[in-house]
Amino acid sequence: MANNNEAVGMQEKTEKNVWMLLFFLAIALSVGGLVEIVPLFLIDDTFEHNKAPELVWQRQAGQTLADHKPGDGMRPYTALELAGRDVYQREGCYLCHSQMIRPFRDEKERYGHYSLASESMYDHPFQWGSKRTGPDFARLGGKYSDDWHRKHLRAPRSVVPESVMPNYPWFQENSVEGVDMAARFSVMQLMGVPYTDEDIAGANAELAGKSEEDAMVAYLQVLGTMAKLDDSKAYRE
Amino acid sequence: MDAAAEQKYNLGIVRWFTVMAVVYLVVGTLVGTYVASELAWPFLNFDIPYLTFGRLRPLHTNAVIFAFGGCALMATSFYSVQRTCGVSLWSDKLAWFVFIGWNLIIVSAVITLPLGINQAKEYAELEWPIDLAIAVVWLAYMFNFVMTLATRKSSHIYVSNWFFLGMMVMITYLHVVNSLAIPVDLFKSYSLFAGVQDAMIQWWWGHNAVGFYLTAGFLGIMYYFVPKQAGRPVYSYRLSVIHFWALMFGYVWLGAHHLQYTALPDWTGSLGAAVSIAMIIPSWGGAVNGMMTLSGAWDKLRTDYVLRFLIMSLAFYAMSTFEGPIMSIKTVNALSHYTDWTVGHVHSGALGWVAMVAIGAIYHMMTRTFHTEMWSTKLINAHFWTATIGTVVYVVAMWVSGIMQGLMWRAYDEYGTLAYTFAESVEAMHPYYAMRAIGGMIFVTGALLMLINVLMTVRKAASEGSVRAASTAAVSA
Repeated sequence: MANNNEAVGMQEKTEKNVWMLLFFLAIALSVGGLVEIVPLFLIDDTFEHNKAPELVWQRQAGQTLADHKPGDGMRPYTALELAGRDVYQREGCYLCHSQMIRPFRDEKERYGHYSLASESMYDHPFQWGSKRTGPDFARLGGKYSDDWHRKHLRAPRSVVPESVMPNYPWFQENSVEGVDMAARFSVMQLMGVPYTDEDIAGANAELAGKSEEDAMVAYLQVLGTMAKLDDSKAYRE
Repeated sequence: MDAAAEQKYNLGIVRWFTVMAVVYLVVGTLVGTYVASELAWPFLNFDIPYLTFGRLRPLHTNAVIFAFGGCALMATSFYSVQRTCGVSLWSDKLAWFVFIGWNLIIVSAVITLPLGINQAKEYAELEWPIDLAIAVVWLAYMFNFVMTLATRKSSHIYVSNWFFLGMMVMITYLHVVNSLAIPVDLFKSYSLFAGVQDAMIQWWWGHNAVGFYLTAGFLGIMYYFVPKQAGRPVYSYRLSVIHFWALMFGYVWLGAHHLQYTALPDWTGSLGAAVSIAMIIPSWGGAVNGMMTLSGAWDKLRTDYVLRFLIMSLAFYAMSTFEGPIMSIKTVNALSHYTDWTVGHVHSGALGWVAMVAIGAIYHMMTRTFHTEMWSTKLINAHFWTATIGTVVYVVAMWVSGIMQGLMWRAYDEYGTLAYTFAESVEAMHPYYAMRAIGGMIFVTGALLMLINVLMTVRKAASEGSVRAASTAAVSA
């Protein structure tokens, strides 16, 4: 069994030489990640909007983010929405709420159309979540009134008696005025989120007089409303 | 008293890491029990931002994984690498740098996470300045370990060290790539990646933090401490070689199974699931190797408290690594994903396997590095039973609640509409959330008994002067 001896010989050498062990480990440990991650940056099929361009807002020169109408397609978050999203992350909301609807009948009826990759392409970081201690948020926008959200954020059990969510009374007291949203927009722009220089210049002004609660409501109400999905269309295989 | 070991090796660093691991075991599980209780009795959030579930849950996961797990890994790897190589650590200074650095990182996590300073990526919540510190300290740890191996007296590198080394390389990859972010200021950054790519990278990190930090690293512990405690050689060398390389190569692929049926392309999720199912073979290879090493020494289970922890950990390891591949099967995953079943699975691994094997190793090291017997054997016995019962209560509660959640969400009534509102499913979880919190409390009680026992043993060693005696006693050459 020449081959067998050769293999044993290789293992034997590796066990005696830490640099060789390190070298083989470095290779063996890199393959899986490379195979699963790198193609996601290269294959066009990863994003549905490559075949369905209407999923992304085709912004005309001179238009501001405020010119976007629900259903026009995916756009970057406004300053108030992004401020809300930052609060959402600070409080760890993603630990109990997912933003990723799977293509099952019950999820469609409970939450809506299954989520597309294009819908979170501006999300740094992604907020798909891994646990539903509370319900999914991918298409939360427009399901409840702003007032309902405010009541619910301040005292969830006042509107949903079964809820186990903490109260967030400090959202209405904390202002978001001091947040340098222009700096945050700039970082997003640097990473390829299509903010214009005008968006950045106007970002801080949008937060004037707003509370964290205003920001949270703006964020929750935009979720799932940017793009209009066609039920008859197969976005994914 | 092993004066020869005390004088030949650096056991001081091992003593410190060992005691700190026990301290963090108590802290981490205590915070965990608190957040579990918040889900059962939400008034416990007290409307105080720093105490809310969303801010304390990352503190719990970071404390048990990086504080307890990290100190346990560093204690055991520094201890076993010296003994298996027959040399002292390559650099004592670097080892102390790692000890101080790692503990400062833990302190900064304890401060920043309740303040809501986080990157919003699970198990990688710490902000970018702390991430940089982790990278530096981790590389220092790895460098010292590699150089100790390079200067060893033994001809072969012992199997436990392969696993430790694999963990160190992989965690470096994972931490560096997953933490890539662009800072806005000192306390805020945004992940460099977005959406689907960020999701894949996060779960490549997320699953391999489990696969390497909590599995490969702790298999390193198993491969040193089980044979040592049983006084028998590893059952099969050949099996350890095969299962080592299969685990190193294969585990990396599993992350994608966390994203089945999501917007991640189907090929990626299916690939992750297929490899996950195959991984049952190398995983059980390790479990079998550990258990068979004990065969013939079963009688010792009656008298040897350390072996009892080790065998229980292997039983949980075998069970969790059977459960994991099952949960990655698409039809099962469709039910289990997003539910408490995942939480139960994690805890059967974290409490049953990771904590138990580390606890066994810590008791083993306590007597050998403080050169005295444990203060109380009765307390260890009580710890064993509380840890086991607490884990079982916890895991069973989560199995029931997880499967029930999954079934309630997809249930239809006779008119073809959804049978339950989401709120009804939350209400139905209450008894199981309470049961889980109680399981956690039982486990924490055991951890507290351990801490008391460890601290009293340190005091006993101090009053006996056993460490000093060991370091000055004449050693016959």
